[in-house]
Amino acid sequence: MSGVVFALLGVAVAVSLAGMGSAMGVGIAGQAAAGVVTEDPNKFAKVLLLQLLPGTQGIYGLLVGFIALSKIGLLGGGVNWEMTMAEGLLFLAACLPIGLVGLLSAIYQGQTSAASIGIVAKKPEQFGKAMLFPAMVETYAILALLVSILAINAL
Amino acid sequence: MAVLQMQKICICGLKRDRKAILELLQAAGVMEITQEASEDGVFRKTDTLESRQIFDRNAATADHALEVLQEYVPEESSLFSGLAGKPLADAERFRNVKENSEAVLEDANQILALQKQISELHASVVRLQTEAEGLTPWLQLDIPLKCGETGKTSVLLGTIGGEINREQLYAAVAERAPGLERMDLEVISSGPDQTCIAAVCIKEDAEQLEEALRTMGFARPAKSIDAIPADYVRDLERQAEKLREEAAATENRLRAHENSRENLRLLSDYYRVRAQKYAVLSELLQSEKTFVMTGFVPAREVKGLEEKLSSRFDVSFEVSEVPEDEEAPVLLSNGSFSSAAEGITASFGLPAKGEIDPTAIMSVCYVFFFGLMLSDAAYGLIIFLACFWAIKKFPRMETNLRKSLKLFMYCGLSTLFWGVMFGGYFGDAVDIVSRTWFGRQITIPALWFVPLNNPMRLLIFSLLFGVIHLFLGLGIKGYMLLRDGKIMDFICDVVLWYMLLLGLILMLIPSSLFAPMLQMQVTFPAAVNAAAKWGAIIGAVGIVLMSARDKKNPVLRIALGAYDLYGISSWLSDALSYSRLLALGLATGVIASVINQMGSMIGTGIIGTVLFIVIFCFGHMFNLAINLLGAYVHTCRLQYVEFFGKFYEGGGKAFEPFVRSTKYVEIKED
Repeated sequence: MSGVVFALLGVAVAVSLAGMGSAMGVGIAGQAAAGVVTEDPNKFAKVLLLQLLPGTQGIYGLLVGFIALSKIGLLGGGVNWEMTMAEGLLFLAACLPIGLVGLLSAIYQGQTSAASIGIVAKKPEQFGKAMLFPAMVETYAILALLVSILAINAL
Repeated sequence: MAVLQMQKICICGLKRDRKAILELLQAAGVMEITQEASEDGVFRKTDTLESRQIFDRNAATADHALEVLQEYVPEESSLFSGLAGKPLADAERFRNVKENSEAVLEDANQILALQKQISELHASVVRLQTEAEGLTPWLQLDIPLKCGETGKTSVLLGTIGGEINREQLYAAVAERAPGLERMDLEVISSGPDQTCIAAVCIKEDAEQLEEALRTMGFARPAKSIDAIPADYVRDLERQAEKLREEAAATENRLRAHENSRENLRLLSDYYRVRAQKYAVLSELLQSEKTFVMTGFVPAREVKGLEEKLSSRFDVSFEVSEVPEDEEAPVLLSNGSFSSAAEGITASFGLPAKGEIDPTAIMSVCYVFFFGLMLSDAAYGLIIFLACFWAIKKFPRMETNLRKSLKLFMYCGLSTLFWGVMFGGYFGDAVDIVSRTWFGRQITIPALWFVPLNNPMRLLIFSLLFGVIHLFLGLGIKGYMLLRDGKIMDFICDVVLWYMLLLGLILMLIPSSLFAPMLQMQVTFPAAVNAAAKWGAIIGAVGIVLMSARDKKNPVLRIALGAYDLYGISSWLSDALSYSRLLALGLATGVIASVINQMGSMIGTGIIGTVLFIVIFCFGHMFNLAINLLGAYVHTCRLQYVEFFGKFYEGGGKAFEPFVRSTKYVEIKED
């Protein structure tokens, strides 16, 4: 079997797991945000910002997926079908960090965002601090993204 | 770069001047009023709740009238009206509101009354419509609904549950009252729920027929009217039409009040400001002939305020420094560039007593990091131009909003700079367009290097910027300690850490661990290596021995010191946190390339070109928005957690002067 299969599996892992995580995270935060807006529509912009925070993992996944695709050659048409199994598995391994960490961190970031939206509901002037809590969770997604990018780039 | 020096003032004046003095203070807007003394035998507070409630109610009436006007005569407002700020009103004109306040208030009440009339009229129309609808099943009936009898016959009008036709009705009646023959049964209308019937029979038989019908569920109509239903419904419609016309006329009368908008706004603000004044008045300590008030005023405003007050009134004006045990409210004062970032500082927390205002240094770092995270020349230019346009176009924009926009304008410039350094113009749009449409790939070369081709290099620089940022924070802590004369703390908490960290970094760089990251082997002269080694050792030993220097117990002291040394791990995580500079910078560029690539896949025909432009515009708008959010949040985080964590706690109370806080207009000072 060509290693391309595994390389593409890696792309799928990065994009879909991180994307699923973001979808869930943004969903969780969105429910809380909608609740706040029913009470006070003026807070729309603030809660929308907080809702969007867990959305970045999906973008990181896309990012890694895209870099991997272009590395494999699937974008330009120059695919190396002779890629060995080991090479393909290396791509898969490189994509794992952002896939897994993206999935979990986005969900937890979504829950943290929902809690921060609660802060904005009661104390809108504390928006700066409310924004920090979800950003703390995101750090780990960024670290995973970094390792994934560096690994793919080194392949 | 500073927290404004505050002074405490105490004003004592004649009671008869109290309102005028308060007005002057409110207009000046430089004094935060505090409550010091409490009531005693001589000085008492007066209750102003009643007048305040009247003022609040009047302001609310005007607000409500404005809302009604907005509903019936919507005022055109552009997308950017939120940026425009409040219009200016002459102080003279504002004072004159009082004179015709009666008339304007009357106007407001009239608007509210008209609106009430309109909603009542609409309710009546609905009622008539409901009544007409109730009669719909009877529309085919050509005699009055109330008709009970003629000379010789009885008329039975009513409904039966369920749907039946005339034959079924005859059959059913024949079954229940077999003897009856001299009758006429009509089905007026029939639906799944009920059937309306009209039955005519000889008077003698009426009872028997009704009995028969009743067993089938016959009921007379709930509302019987003495008119032919069709005529009656027509009449109802005519009435409804009349009411509608009346409502429209009333609406027109309401629309005629459109011009009172400006007066209503002034009136609302006038009463709002008066209510604020009376709120302060009720807290004022007053004796029979005098009153006394205390508060904080920024030192640079004190002189002007004193002149203003003493030139017009007989007052005693005492100025004193803020006592040691009291915390003065905080007002930041920075230069044109740094003041833009005051909002960022404020949303973390204003400097507490004894802390310095970090805004000046932070603003530079903020703009620097923001640009590095977004790092696309085109995006930077768009942000810069948009903010610049808004600031120029709306000179009366609200102050905090203007500061934020100004900050983003600078951030846009920084983004432009980094974009040029890294060769990002809408990602790789120039390459893609030139290759796809013109057959020759043109690349705008990066002034420095392209991050995607060499992420390791940018990672090293990100960490380097981070370490500089963190050291800057530690340096400010050192400055604050030196300023307070705490030499020992400065040496133990700052100098030792510098020695340890610098020593460790210098020891790490030539090691084999770093060589692949730096892509070269660095070798320092032996003297540097020795200095690094000894610096780290002295630093580490010093921290273990000295950081818990207030503890008497030597074992506890060493243990706590060792724990403090463990804090080195937090330095490591802080430094690694700056890797987000690389990650976010790459994110912008790569997503931009994805968009460009997607757009160019369709082809170079007319359709392809049009689709490319559409995808290009929407895609880059999305990318800009999402990365703008990312850059904003993560730059804030780097400042708040990593930078402020080294020296700054915040927790100061904001300066809240007694001002004319208005909703619609800003009053021009004369």
